[in-house]
Amino acid sequence: MIQLNANHLLYLLEAARWTVLLSLIAFLGGGLVGLPLALMRLSKIGLLRTLASGYIQLIQGTPLLIVLFLSYFGLGILGYKLIPLVAAGISLTLYAAAFLGEIWRGCIEAVPRTQWEASDCLGLNRFQQYAYVVLPQAVRIAIPPTVGFMVQIVKNTSLASVIGFVELSRAGQIVNNSTFEPFAIFSAVALIYFVLCYPLSVAARTLERKAHAGR
Amino acid sequence: MSYKFDFAFLADKWPDFVAGAWLTIQLTILSIAFGFLLGTACAVARVYGGPLLRRLVGAYVETIRNTPLLIQIFIVYFGLSSLGLKLSAEVSAVIALTVNMGAYTTEIMRAGIQSILRTQLEAADCLGLTRFQAILHVVLLPAMERVYPSLASQGVLLMLASSITSQISTEELTATANLVQSDTYRSFEVYVIVAVVYLALSALYRLGFWAIGQVLFERRRRLGTPL
Repeated sequence: MIQLNANHLLYLLEAARWTVLLSLIAFLGGGLVGLPLALMRLSKIGLLRTLASGYIQLIQGTPLLIVLFLSYFGLGILGYKLIPLVAAGISLTLYAAAFLGEIWRGCIEAVPRTQWEASDCLGLNRFQQYAYVVLPQAVRIAIPPTVGFMVQIVKNTSLASVIGFVELSRAGQIVNNSTFEPFAIFSAVALIYFVLCYPLSVAARTLERKAHAGR
Repeated sequence: MSYKFDFAFLADKWPDFVAGAWLTIQLTILSIAFGFLLGTACAVARVYGGPLLRRLVGAYVETIRNTPLLIQIFIVYFGLSSLGLKLSAEVSAVIALTVNMGAYTTEIMRAGIQSILRTQLEAADCLGLTRFQAILHVVLLPAMERVYPSLASQGVLLMLASSITSQISTEELTATANLVQSDTYRSFEVYVIVAVVYLALSALYRLGFWAIGQVLFERRRRLGTPL
C-alpha cells in the first residue's frame, strides 16, 4: 500500500483538466446542436417540431449512463475503434443538446409576442425576425439558466469514467486503488468538482438576480 | 455495416431485466420518499429556522448540488466503509440518492414556501393555529401544489440517475445490463433494451406523479387551475 501524498493530489488536478476539456466539448457541441433543436421546436412545420420533441423526450427519458454505453459500443459496431474521449464527447453532446434545446426554447418563447408582431409589421422575414429582434432579447433571458446548466454538464462528465476515460473521477478511482483511502480521496475529488462548479452556481444566481432587477 | 443484431439472449435473460427494473423501482421510490421528507424539513429550516440552521442547510444544499452523484455514492459506499461503517450496496445507494434528492427538494420547496404570502401565516395565527399547524396546513401543502411539476421532474431525473448506483454493484437495471452484456457479448442490443425499459419507466413515473397530484390536490382536481 502506498501512502497518500502530494503527487496523488497533483495527479487528480491534472485529470481535472480533462474534466474541464470534456465539459467544454459537451457545452460547445450541445450548444451547436441545441440551438437548431430549439428553433425546430418552434418551427411552423409540424414534422420538424415532432422530430425535435421526439429527440428531446428520448434523451431526457434515458439515463446519460445508458447513452454513454450506447455510443461507446455503438461506435464499435460501426467499425470505429473504441475511443473513450470520442464516445464521451458524443454522448455528452447529445445529452446537453436535449436540455439546452428545451431551455432555449423556453427563453425564446419568453420574448413577448408583441415583438414578433411588431417585426412582422416592419416587413421582416422569419430569419430577420430571429436574427435582429427575437434572439438578441432571448440571449439575455437565456444566460442565467444556461450558466446553471453548465454545472450539470461538469458534474455529468464524471460518468465518462465508466467507459474508461481518465478524467477526475476515474483518476480518483485509480489513486484509490493504490492507496485505499477512499474517504480522503473521494472527498478531495468532490472538493475539486465543487471548486469547478460553485463559481458557476454563484454566477447563475447573480445573473438571475440582475436579470430580474428591473421587475 | 456488416453487424447483425441478435436479440436471442432475451429468451433466457428477460427475468434478469425484470428483477433489475424492480430493484430500480424499489430503490428510487424509497429515495424519492425519504428525499422529499428530508428536503421539505430542510426547506422549512431554511426559511423559518435560526441563522445557524439556515447556514447549515445552505452548506448542505450547495455541497450536494455542486458535486457529482457518482462521487457522493463512492463516498457513502467506499468512504464510510473505510471509516468502519459497513453498509450494503443497496443501503448505500438509497442513502446517497436520498441525500441527493433532499438537496434538490430543499431548493424546490424553498421556492414554493417563499411564494406563499406572509398574510396567509398571519391569518392562520389569528385563527389560533399553532406554528406547526400553520406551516403544515397553510404553507406546505399549497407550496407543494405550486412547485409540484418541478418535484415530479426531479423525481424522474432521480430515477434515471439511479443508474449510476450500478457503479457500486447495486444490481439494478443498469448493473443487470452490464452483467448480461459481459455474458452474451451483445452489448449494443443489451443497452438498447435497457434504454427502452428506462423510457417506459420514465413514462410510468410521470403517470404516477400525475396520479398522486390528482389525489393530493383536491382543489386543482376540481377546478383544474393552478394556484
